[in-house]
Amino acid sequence: MATTQVQGQPMEPVAAPDNVVQLRDCEQGRSLTADALRRLVRNRAAVLGAIIIVLNVFVAIFAPFFAPKGYDEASFRDNNAVHSWMTHVFPNMKPVSEGGYVTVNDDYLLGADALGRDLLSRIIYGARVSLAVAFIGPAISLSLGLLVGVTAGYMGGKVDNLLMRLVDIMYAFPTYLLIILLMAFFRFAKPESGTFAGALSDLDAALGGMFFIFIGIGLTSWMGTARLSRGLVLCVREMTYVEAARATGARTGWIIVHHILPNIIGPLVVTETLNIPSYISYEAFLSFIGLGVNPPRPSWGGMISEGAQKIQTYPFQAIFPALALFMVMFAFNFLGDGLRDAVDPRLRGVE
Amino acid sequence: MSEFITRRVLWMVFVLFVVTVITFILMHAVPGGPFSTEKALPESTIEQLNEKYNLDDPLVMQYVEYMKDILIPVVMTGQQQKSLDHEYLINISLPFDDNATLRWVNFGPSYKSVSRPVNDIFRENLPISAQLGVLGVLIAACIGIPLGVIAGLKRNTVYDYAGMGIAVLGVSVPVIIMAPVLQYVFGVLLGWLPVTGWGEPKQMILPTFALGFSQSAVLARLTRASMLQVMHEDYIRTARAKGLRERRVVVVHVLKNSMIPVITVIGPMLAYLMAGTFVVETIFAIPGMGKFFVTSITGRDYPVIMGTILVMAIFLVLANVIVDVVYAWIDPRIRFT
Repeated sequence: MATTQVQGQPMEPVAAPDNVVQLRDCEQGRSLTADALRRLVRNRAAVLGAIIIVLNVFVAIFAPFFAPKGYDEASFRDNNAVHSWMTHVFPNMKPVSEGGYVTVNDDYLLGADALGRDLLSRIIYGARVSLAVAFIGPAISLSLGLLVGVTAGYMGGKVDNLLMRLVDIMYAFPTYLLIILLMAFFRFAKPESGTFAGALSDLDAALGGMFFIFIGIGLTSWMGTARLSRGLVLCVREMTYVEAARATGARTGWIIVHHILPNIIGPLVVTETLNIPSYISYEAFLSFIGLGVNPPRPSWGGMISEGAQKIQTYPFQAIFPALALFMVMFAFNFLGDGLRDAVDPRLRGVE
Repeated sequence: MSEFITRRVLWMVFVLFVVTVITFILMHAVPGGPFSTEKALPESTIEQLNEKYNLDDPLVMQYVEYMKDILIPVVMTGQQQKSLDHEYLINISLPFDDNATLRWVNFGPSYKSVSRPVNDIFRENLPISAQLGVLGVLIAACIGIPLGVIAGLKRNTVYDYAGMGIAVLGVSVPVIIMAPVLQYVFGVLLGWLPVTGWGEPKQMILPTFALGFSQSAVLARLTRASMLQVMHEDYIRTARAKGLRERRVVVVHVLKNSMIPVITVIGPMLAYLMAGTFVVETIFAIPGMGKFFVTSITGRDYPVIMGTILVMAIFLVLANVIVDVVYAWIDPRIRFT
C-alpha cells in the first residue's frame, strides 16, 4: 500500500475483495491498447521472448532451407553418430578411437538419432508442430470458450446455469486421461472417405496427424476461457454504454460483437498467451505416448521420448530436443508475463 | 453449512455419474474391441470371449452391470469367493456365518492380463502413484511457498526478480524436459543418484523433484500474487495504523490470509499430479498407475479404462469439494450463492 501512494497513483475504489479483479478487468478498454503496447515494448524479457518466437516461426516455415537434411533421411551407417564437439560436452560419450562406443561423424552438427537421421534437421522440422499447436490451440480454446462464456454471461438465467454446470462437469475429467481417450478415438477410427468424418480424417493425414491434436487439445481446454469470459461479460453487460446501445435499438448480435467483445478480449488474450506453454506441453505429452503426430514426422515430445530410453548411452538425443522445447516455452512465458504486466501494470508496480 | 455440504456432495455424485457415462460411451466408440489384436484371434475365440465378458449385451446393460459390481455390496458364501471374477476391494466377514462375507467394490477383470483384476492394479500400482504425487506436492510446496513469500514481501527487489525468474523457469520446464535432464546430470554425469526404479529413498529424489518443480512455480506465483493482494487490503492498513510492529503485521495478518488460496489449490494439485505421473513413471521406470492409462486405452481394456478414469475423477472431484467446503467455512458469503 505504501509504495502505491508514494508513486502517486489514485487509490482504488473500495470494493468487495472478490470483485476487485472484475472491476480491474472492466476498466481495460481499447483506448489503452497503445499504452499497453508501449509498456510491452519496454519490457526486455517480453521483447526477447517475442524475438525468439518470431525467429522460431521463421525457421519453422522455411524449415527446408534451414535444415541441412530431410527429417526422414535415414543413413543406417550413421546411427547414433555424434559431432566431434559433443564428445567434449558429454564426457561419457567417448569416441571409438579412444576406446569408447560412439561413432564420430562431423556431417551431423547435433548428431544423429537411432535411425541415422540428422537431429538438427528433425529439431527444426519439429518446431512446426510445437508452434502450430502454440497458435492454433489457443485459437480453438478461445473460440469455443468465448461461444460458451458469452452465451452464458449474456443470456443469464437457465442457459447460464446449464452451461456453467457443463463446464463444472468437464473440469471433473482428468484432462490427461480424457485427451488420451479422445486421441485414441480419433486415431483408431477409420471412417469411410466421402463422409464428413472421412474428410476430417483425410485432412488429419495430410497434416501429418496434427489436426486431431488441435481438436483434442481444444476440446479439453476451453473451460477456463468459458469461465473467464462469462465473468467478464457479466460485468461489461451492466455498463452504461451497453445500456445505451440497447436503448438505441441495437440487436443482441451487434451489441455482443461491437460493444462486449472488444471490451473483454484483452484479459482473454493475455490468459490464452499464458496458457500457450501448457498447450505445447500437451502436444509433447501426446507425442511422448505415441498418440501425437504420425511418424516419421518429428515432434519434440516424440524425440524426447525416444531419447529418454537411451539417456545413459546417448543423452544428447533427449537433451537437445528438450532444450528446444524449453526455449520456446520460456519465450512464450516471457511474452505472456510481459503482456499481462502491460495490460495490468498494477500487478508489477512498474509504472 | 450442512445443507451446503449435502448439496456439494450430491452434485459430486452427479458429476461422477456423468463422467462414467461419457467415458463409457467414448471408449466403446473407439473402433475395435479388446480382442482385435495385431495377430487376429480365431472368430470363434473372439465370440466366446465376448460372450464371457458380456460384450454383446446392449451398452446400457453393460453399464448397469459394471456400476452394479462397484456400487452394490453382495454377500457371498463358500466356493464363489475364490474365483477371480469375484474379486472385491472390501471384504468383511459376517458374524453370523463363518463362510459368509460381505463384499463390495469390484472393478471387474482386466481383459488383457487375465490373472490380474483391476482391483489388483489399484492395490499394487495406485499406492506408488499416490506416493509419487504426495511427495511431488510436498516438494512443490517446500520450494514454491517460500519463494512466493519472499518475492511478495520484497517486491521489485533482486529477491523478487530472482524468485519469479525461477518461477518462470519452472513453468517453462515441464516434466517431459525436467526428467531426462535430471537423469542425465545427477544420474549419468555425476552418478549420485540412480536413474530408474522406485522404493528406496534414493530412487525417489529425482522423480519427485521432476514432478514437483514445475508445480512449485505455480505455487510461487500464486503465493506472490495473493500476498500482494492481501497487502492492499484495508485491514492491513488498519493493523499498521494501530501501531503493530511490521513483523506482526506480516506474520499474523498478511501471511495467514494470503495462504488461503494457496492451500486450496494444493488439493486439486495433488489429484492433478497423480493423473499426470505418466511421463515421470515412464522415464524413471516406476511401476505406478501411469502405464495403464495409455495401454488400457490403446488396448481397449474397458474395465481398466473405466477404473482408472473413475478413480482419478473421484480424487479430482473430492479435492474440489473439500476446497469448496473449506472456502465456505472461511467465507460464509459463498454458502448462499
